[in-house]
Amino acid sequence: MNRKTSIVLTGVGGQGVITAANILGKAAVRAKTNVYVSEVHGMAQRGGAVNCTVRLGNVSGPLVAAATADVIVSLEPVEALRNIMYANKKTKIITDINPVVPFTVSVGGEKYPNLDDVYKEIQSRAILFKIDALKIAKDSGAAITKNIVMLGALAAADVLPFKSDVLLETILGNIPVKYKDINKKAFNGGMKALKDL
Amino acid sequence: MMMEIIENKVGKKILLLGNEAITRGALEAGVDIATTYPGTPSSEIADTFSKIAKYATKQNKDPGFYCEYSTNEKVALEVAAAAAFSGLRALTCMKHVGLNVASDAFMTYLYVGCKAGHIIVTADDPYCHSSQNEQDNRYFALFGSAPMLEPTTPQEAKEMTRLGFELSEELKLPVLLRTTTRLNHARGAVTFNKLKKPRKKGHFEKDPLLVTTPNTARIKHPVLLEKMKQAEKISEKSPFNEVINIGTPKDFGIVTSGVSYNYVKEVSEIMDLDVGILKLGMTHPLPRKMCEKFIKSCKSLIVVEEGEPILENQFKAMAYDIGSNVRIYGKSTDHFSRLYEYNPDIVAEAFSKIFKVKNPFPKQMQPKLKLPSRPPTLCPGCPHRATYYAVKKAAPKDTIYPTDIGCYTLGKAPPLETADLLLCMGSNAGTACGLSVATDQKIISFMGDSTFFHSGIPPIINAVYHNHDCVISILDNRTTAMTGHQPNPGTEFDGMGRQANLIVIEDIVKGLGVKHIEVVDPNNIKETAEAYKRALDFKGPSVVVSKSPCILLEVQRMRRAGEKIPVYTIDQDKCTKCKTCIGRFGCPAFYYADDGSIHIDETQCNGCGNCVEICPVDAISKKEGKK
Repeated sequence: MNRKTSIVLTGVGGQGVITAANILGKAAVRAKTNVYVSEVHGMAQRGGAVNCTVRLGNVSGPLVAAATADVIVSLEPVEALRNIMYANKKTKIITDINPVVPFTVSVGGEKYPNLDDVYKEIQSRAILFKIDALKIAKDSGAAITKNIVMLGALAAADVLPFKSDVLLETILGNIPVKYKDINKKAFNGGMKALKDL
Repeated sequence: MMMEIIENKVGKKILLLGNEAITRGALEAGVDIATTYPGTPSSEIADTFSKIAKYATKQNKDPGFYCEYSTNEKVALEVAAAAAFSGLRALTCMKHVGLNVASDAFMTYLYVGCKAGHIIVTADDPYCHSSQNEQDNRYFALFGSAPMLEPTTPQEAKEMTRLGFELSEELKLPVLLRTTTRLNHARGAVTFNKLKKPRKKGHFEKDPLLVTTPNTARIKHPVLLEKMKQAEKISEKSPFNEVINIGTPKDFGIVTSGVSYNYVKEVSEIMDLDVGILKLGMTHPLPRKMCEKFIKSCKSLIVVEEGEPILENQFKAMAYDIGSNVRIYGKSTDHFSRLYEYNPDIVAEAFSKIFKVKNPFPKQMQPKLKLPSRPPTLCPGCPHRATYYAVKKAAPKDTIYPTDIGCYTLGKAPPLETADLLLCMGSNAGTACGLSVATDQKIISFMGDSTFFHSGIPPIINAVYHNHDCVISILDNRTTAMTGHQPNPGTEFDGMGRQANLIVIEDIVKGLGVKHIEVVDPNNIKETAEAYKRALDFKGPSVVVSKSPCILLEVQRMRRAGEKIPVYTIDQDKCTKCKTCIGRFGCPAFYYADDGSIHIDETQCNGCGNCVEICPVDAISKKEGKK
């Protein structure tokens, strides 16, 4: 019972990061695991960088200390690197490979880095898993299920203290019937993509 | 789907947001009335009441309580206080700066006291995640003499709310429930108690002491001080104040409250410290005897509290009173900061210095690669962008743009740069008046529809009465967008989901005596720019009401109606790369490809079509609909 699992979920406002964190928290309650989740609301949500943390097991609060994350799940590659301070050499970083270029690049003259450089730095500091979650989501029937694809990948990463079925059941229990099939495909697609790496 | 949060299953455990847990706690206490003005991080407390009320209304059931989004925090507090005077349990929630607005009522309310329980939630925002300052509202409890509770987890937030009503009724005083963002927006498992049936109707018993004339106030102030003595006795026995030992405590004791306790506990365990932790949940008034006993039990005390040194200063005073020479570490010894939010790293760093042991966490290593910043921005298709673009077309270069609190504050960023001055809710028009006196520059101020009703009206009256030469804009996007699309007096339905008496902004403005009023649709950029030119030419105060619904609501409406959301595309043969769309209009759906060509990201485009109007070479056109 002394085990702690610290998860950082990150991405861009509107990608469903908060929803994913919430589902993960609900799954933990279902699995009778102690859990805390932290979220961002309000102004930070409007297209900005979003970061949620989920902590499971013998923990007293939702915040993750530096270099102590077990896994970082990112819905955007640059956001994965932005959260690298939570990673150590053993941390698994699962990221989608499709960039969302911030307006500070187009308007403010900032630069979106070369993705190979992004991946190189992540690999030098943690264990990197790249998947094309957007493609899997689209193939499943809706681009908007990218967050569910990422949850599938997380479930296959061997870090959660409960079974992947609990997570899938929680997802399916929280959406209207007509979307169940798409979400199931997305989740399984994410699991498969990570296992195939 | 049945709403889980209103299930009457004792012992049921579900994941709740801190804010939802507060609502549940109030329902378990049989709350009759809940009032608010929305503000991050407090908004979901009232939103949850509103969702439950609408859910009940849909099923032709009575939710049992009444809830409302009042016009501002002061009104919210007054509405609920009146209910509490009449014997109904009440809850009022607001963000920290909201209590500044409500403070006039709050300070005297404590003199008067309440009959039924009343919880006032203040949601503080250390680090200013979504706020203009990080003021520590615990001072309000000391300032006005209010009993105060500070939860550490969603479960405790629920319990403190539930039991806070009893505390309030015992003392006949409103209770301040002080939370911070990391509590409001943290989720955790919450175990249900029984729901209590509300009373629904009270009765107002007349009492001359409810009228705070100077005579009454002189009688009531000593009564309040007596109540605080009684509250201190309750605090001594409160289940929310306790000592928790980690290891075998010897010399060191830690005093903490709120979310800081979580970091203290976890870090102490990881660092293998031998410490006693005085965890304070009822933080005003402090349990003096309990605190003195704790001081006597240690040689050194560490006070861990975000914000101001409120516990620290009180503990120093108590140590002095009992002649203790305990060493107190905290903000005055520079081990902790008065700034921003704490986290496990900050607490571990301070403890490593005090205990002279190694910090268990490595130093935060930022990425080496330079990453583009990603601040929040106006959404693609936001009508505010269209208004701002038109304003920039119409206004001379040196124009000053006082702004206000809402999504439209994001106009501060390039390329729009239409936010120059901001203090608080409603300050746009007040500062516009002052700038018209102080300068010869043109002035165009901005506020949203909800802000107009909240505190935007008195400064317009001021502008009219004194004939201040400025243009005041009301960006009416038909909702309170930033905090999560709550209703306001300009919207059709209220928080209960009932048809409301919608108030038309331009009608009020006319009634205030404004002589030049323009009502525009910002999506017609050319006409909007012309309206602003006319308003600028008018000598004296003029008002522009720029009316167009929030694009997020519009997109939601279209999806529900099965309408296709249009997508726009750029004809690369026609595009001259003049960059008007990116560099001046600044829509975030536009991006450069590697070859420098400009494209529209279909996943981001919300289909407003304003780019068609602003493109000088007609290179943008509508494609087929999406989704």
